[in-house]
Amino acid sequence: MLAFLIKRTANAIFVMLAVAFLAFVIFRFFGDPVEMMVNEQATQADRAELRERLGLNDGFLTQYARFVTNAAQGDFGISYRNQQDVMVLLKERFPATFELVLVATVISLVVGIPLGVVTAVHRNSRLANMLQISSIIGISLPSFVVGIMLILLFSVSLGWLPAFGRGDTVNIGWWSTGLLTPSGRMALILPGIALSIFQITMVMRLVRAEMLETLRTDYVKFARARGIPAARVHWRHALRNCLMPVITLTGMQIGNLIAFALVTETVFQWPGMGMLFIQAVTFVDIPVMAAYLMLVSLIFVVLNTIVDFTYAWVDPRLRDDTARAGGANG
Amino acid sequence: MEKTLSAPAMAEPARPSRLARIRQSDLWYSFRSHRSAVIAAALLALIVVTAFLAPLITPQNPYDLASLELWNAEIPPIWNAEGQWPFILGTDTQGRDILSAILYGSRISLIIGFASVVLALIVGLALGLIAGFFGGWADNVIMRFGDVLLSMPFILIAILISAIATASLPTGLKDILAAPILIVAIAVPSWVQYARTVRASAMVESRKEYVQAARLIRVKAWRIMLHHILPNCMTPIMVAATLNFGLAILSEATLSFLGVGMPPDQPSLGTLIRIGNQYLFSGLWWIVVFPSIQLCLIVLSVNMIGDWLRDALNPKLR
Repeated sequence: MLAFLIKRTANAIFVMLAVAFLAFVIFRFFGDPVEMMVNEQATQADRAELRERLGLNDGFLTQYARFVTNAAQGDFGISYRNQQDVMVLLKERFPATFELVLVATVISLVVGIPLGVVTAVHRNSRLANMLQISSIIGISLPSFVVGIMLILLFSVSLGWLPAFGRGDTVNIGWWSTGLLTPSGRMALILPGIALSIFQITMVMRLVRAEMLETLRTDYVKFARARGIPAARVHWRHALRNCLMPVITLTGMQIGNLIAFALVTETVFQWPGMGMLFIQAVTFVDIPVMAAYLMLVSLIFVVLNTIVDFTYAWVDPRLRDDTARAGGANG
Repeated sequence: MEKTLSAPAMAEPARPSRLARIRQSDLWYSFRSHRSAVIAAALLALIVVTAFLAPLITPQNPYDLASLELWNAEIPPIWNAEGQWPFILGTDTQGRDILSAILYGSRISLIIGFASVVLALIVGLALGLIAGFFGGWADNVIMRFGDVLLSMPFILIAILISAIATASLPTGLKDILAAPILIVAIAVPSWVQYARTVRASAMVESRKEYVQAARLIRVKAWRIMLHHILPNCMTPIMVAATLNFGLAILSEATLSFLGVGMPPDQPSLGTLIRIGNQYLFSGLWWIVVFPSIQLCLIVLSVNMIGDWLRDALNPKLR
């Protein structure tokens, strides 16, 4: 187990170093950092001095090492566009994205799991076939199109829900939350749905596939034979055994949802990290782009590694090839 | 010599033509009995044909500024009381016919989607074959690089490549190279999937006796890879490529919608939706709705074909 932990952790660190390398190359070689930072009147001597102070004359590896050290301490430098510390900017925007992703995840589970159970239990019924077809539609709909259509319907035509922004927010420490005010909750509904459509269909298809297998097992047949009501067998005994892969999928998809939130955030003018990133892209604000890339990749890698650990903890066969081979020989 | 060999063959019934063989195949039978696949294929064929015949069938060339008239601006669709022939789906704020813009835009979207899948296929197959066939450090380098790519979200890589390539180009080249940049940006994160699939089969196949035999008689490595190993792993690749075609069109549309894709003077469907999005609150709903519907129809039909293909080629489900 320990060998497995070390191996997976080393792997995660390697991946993060490689991502940091990409971010560093982008930062260092696309656009001259000095030109981005100085103003028009700066003399040649000023520029040379700044270049020296930023350490841009050092060797490539020295600069990379410094970039990694700084990044590990959360220091990504100063944003070219608004001259603020990049980490402060990201920290300000993080709660908005987190709450959006959280709401989308909850929606996808609350809607996706029951739909998956229904399509598996009543398979070949008209309702199940309809849901199955609509799940292909759900996967094919671009999330920004869903967002635009929701705005057209619920904001422009019906005027029920706000089309942009977070509404009123309340600060708890440095965390600004929209969950505690009525307008904040109203503002979360449309972006939450838009972001969760794809996720709902994934959860639904996964639950359906798992349920179909579980319904064939002996213990379900036995429970039916004992006369336990069908609803109780399906929703309690069978569903419970399908939830592990759903939890895994949900965990691994959070990284993807954060990345995809940047599309939703653009549609709904949601002041999260994604919108910060898209604005940085249009202004070629490299430090913000590099920091966002590394932060999202870090969340991605950490979640994947945690999922691997949990699996290894639950299922000893996955731990180590050599240990397994040794066990077989011994 | 030739004649004596072919003589017995003449006595047998004539070999069926290629068309006849296709019509008798299991795949064709499965296709015909799947109503949703047939509908999807017909729809996709219609979209492709109209997109490529766009210059011949549209009432105007939406990107020839001379053909635009400002008094034609903001006309609603034809079934509306104020609708006007020939602007079936209405016009935008510059008097551009929406239907023409959609057909021209679909052509760009389809070409970019297709080209990026082909590019990803070529790169993925080549690298996967090399990794699986040779193993060792080549395998390590290629697959580790793939791991790193997969540890970043797909859409993020595409945005970064597109944004950085565009930012580092001189202004004149930006518009000309917009489509090739997008093709590369979408292909880079998607080749890994093909490489992994091919590598797995290449590792299995290269240990089999027929490959050992081919090596013994000194068949060249690239020949073994292309003629013997590759055909054995094409089934899962074809399914993945079909589904990825839908994903590529979606990604292109997303990038263009975010403003890091096709420029407004040669818009894809995503660019059209981006433009239409500005008029969301001014009542001109048709500018954004119709390109969105077209985009959904394309992706939906591709996904339905891909879904059918996956089931049809899956031996367990036969």
